[in-house]
Amino acid sequence: MQQLYNFAVGPLTWVAWAVFLGGAAWRLGSMWALARKKDMNAVAYMDVRFAARSMARWATPFATLGWRANPAVTVATFAFHISLGLLLLFAPGHAVLWDYAFGVNVWSLPEGVADVLTVLVILLCGFFAWRRLQLPTVRFVTRPMDWLVLALVAVPCVTAFLAKQQIGDNLLLSTLHVLSGEAMLMALPFTRLSHAIFSPFTRAYMGSEFGGVRHCPDW
Amino acid sequence: MSATEFSGIAERRIEDANLVRGVSALTRERIERVVKAVTKGEAGARLAVYHETCMRCGMCADACHYCISHDGDPTYSPVGKMEQTMWKLLRTGGKVDPDDIYGMAQIAYTECNLCRRCVHYCPVGIDTGYVMGLVRRICHRLGVVPLYIQDTAHSHSGTMNQMWVKDDEWLDSLVWQEDEARGEIPALRIPFDKEGADFLYSVIAPEPKFRTQLIYQAAVIFDQAGVDWTMPSAPGWDNSDMCMFTGDYEMMGRLKRCHFEMAQKLKVRRIVMGECGHAFRSVYDVGNRWLGWKNHPVPIVHSVEFFWELLTEGKIKLAKKFDEPVTIHDPCNIIRGRGLMDKLREVTHALCSNVVEMSPTREHNLCCCAGGGVINCGPPFKGVRLAGNKAKADQLAATGVHTVVAPCHNCHGGLEDIIHHYKLGMHTKFLGDLIYDCMEKPGAA
Repeated sequence: MQQLYNFAVGPLTWVAWAVFLGGAAWRLGSMWALARKKDMNAVAYMDVRFAARSMARWATPFATLGWRANPAVTVATFAFHISLGLLLLFAPGHAVLWDYAFGVNVWSLPEGVADVLTVLVILLCGFFAWRRLQLPTVRFVTRPMDWLVLALVAVPCVTAFLAKQQIGDNLLLSTLHVLSGEAMLMALPFTRLSHAIFSPFTRAYMGSEFGGVRHCPDW
Repeated sequence: MSATEFSGIAERRIEDANLVRGVSALTRERIERVVKAVTKGEAGARLAVYHETCMRCGMCADACHYCISHDGDPTYSPVGKMEQTMWKLLRTGGKVDPDDIYGMAQIAYTECNLCRRCVHYCPVGIDTGYVMGLVRRICHRLGVVPLYIQDTAHSHSGTMNQMWVKDDEWLDSLVWQEDEARGEIPALRIPFDKEGADFLYSVIAPEPKFRTQLIYQAAVIFDQAGVDWTMPSAPGWDNSDMCMFTGDYEMMGRLKRCHFEMAQKLKVRRIVMGECGHAFRSVYDVGNRWLGWKNHPVPIVHSVEFFWELLTEGKIKLAKKFDEPVTIHDPCNIIRGRGLMDKLREVTHALCSNVVEMSPTREHNLCCCAGGGVINCGPPFKGVRLAGNKAKADQLAATGVHTVVAPCHNCHGGLEDIIHHYKLGMHTKFLGDLIYDCMEKPGAA
């Protein structure tokens, strides 16, 4: 198990990052090439100013009709993404890895804060799962891919929490945490998690169309 | 967890002669070929990214009048409709049965108005109108289009207008209205083919066909405002476009080219369009792109904006105001399509002494449920519109007024049907109706 752990935090980390960065670059590059070939009647209207306006609006809680109409989802979505982002970049354990892998000293979250954020993300995964199971409008359109991406986020958080709280086999849980985290990283460009790299463009495009052509707010 | 508990379109199938005929000629191989030709050949990154990044969060359900009117039935939500159509086609690579195409056509043509209200609800920025339009494109290429709207598309290709109006009938209608109007304004003329006029006035074919008084009213307004205008005598006069809604984009391109070329031939400075929403969408936003034009060879102005110009420049003076309380319906194609919500209000407030806003209003207003070609799918689907827009009926009733200002033909048709069905005791008016009624007419006999 120790060997597996060492492999996971060692060579496999580089593989995961390579797949993530290479995959993201390839997906973005090939999608851009496809857009240039097939979607110039949309691309031609891209406008930085209107794109930024739309992105800023949608990045503000309750600043759009959709956010206001769904207050619980709004709070959950913002809390989820902000917490997850903070943990990915600044969890104390991750700071060690930044140093170990790249030799950079990264500021890290206080232990207690990281613990709270981890629990929060787990609870919010539960909230999203509850919506998929209980709300007809969400259940009707939920497919295996939606469960997969939820699991890809939930498993690293659950294993991190259990390992941190010394519940269960620490080495096993730590290994699972690293492996599942790397799975999330590698899956990002190739699953619905790709909204992380594509949604800025869909948002920017909608903002551009509504700002520059339709002269109407898209929020 | 699966779609099985909601049968969706399967449990509400409506018999349409052309859908039945079209589907009977399909094979799985042909469907797969056409789906790939559209999703891989015509569409590209935009569709692929929408499919991939739609998070199936369901937030858009609250946006759609069909979904609201059916008590949140998920099969009517924007994402629910994409799930039953395009998402399914992409997931299966087009390997679906002819019977599935029937349901997809019914959803795409009759259960989505392409109104884009869901845009205001989607954090990712998915354009459901675009996706449903592509589903229609597939159905068109498969020959599975509702009978009535297909007939209007045939009319476009046969006559270059939507209503089978013959060339001599068009001229007869204009001369008839000119003759009628001269009874009121003796010196009035409807100028045909006047080269170099300030603007070409184009209308949709239903105006000469059965709303001819609107041409009379427009002629009086323009004549008394002293503007320099003309109407074309030859094909190109009709700015409407049901081909855009059936998915017949080749024909849409012909129509828009004909319309713009008529304006160029007459050397007008701009085109002013009558109070129609879908035609404006076709000329301003869609047809030009199909023709490869980022902008428009001749500037396009909708009536709402033109009336605003006439009033603010003092070319029209009002003799009175409309005293009854009115409310304002915001047509999607000129509000979400052109941002005319402020000008619409300025014109309405100038004309009416008591304006009661709907809730929601402006760009968040609910759709009429007639647009997007849905009303053009004809009598078999009238019930779909009526049941699918109870939300609008509730919204109208809550205003407590009896007059609805709606500067769009399809909105008029849809709202009148809803008003009648839900016994709301209201009626609709165009801005042109109000202006004609309230303006000073110094040239009157």
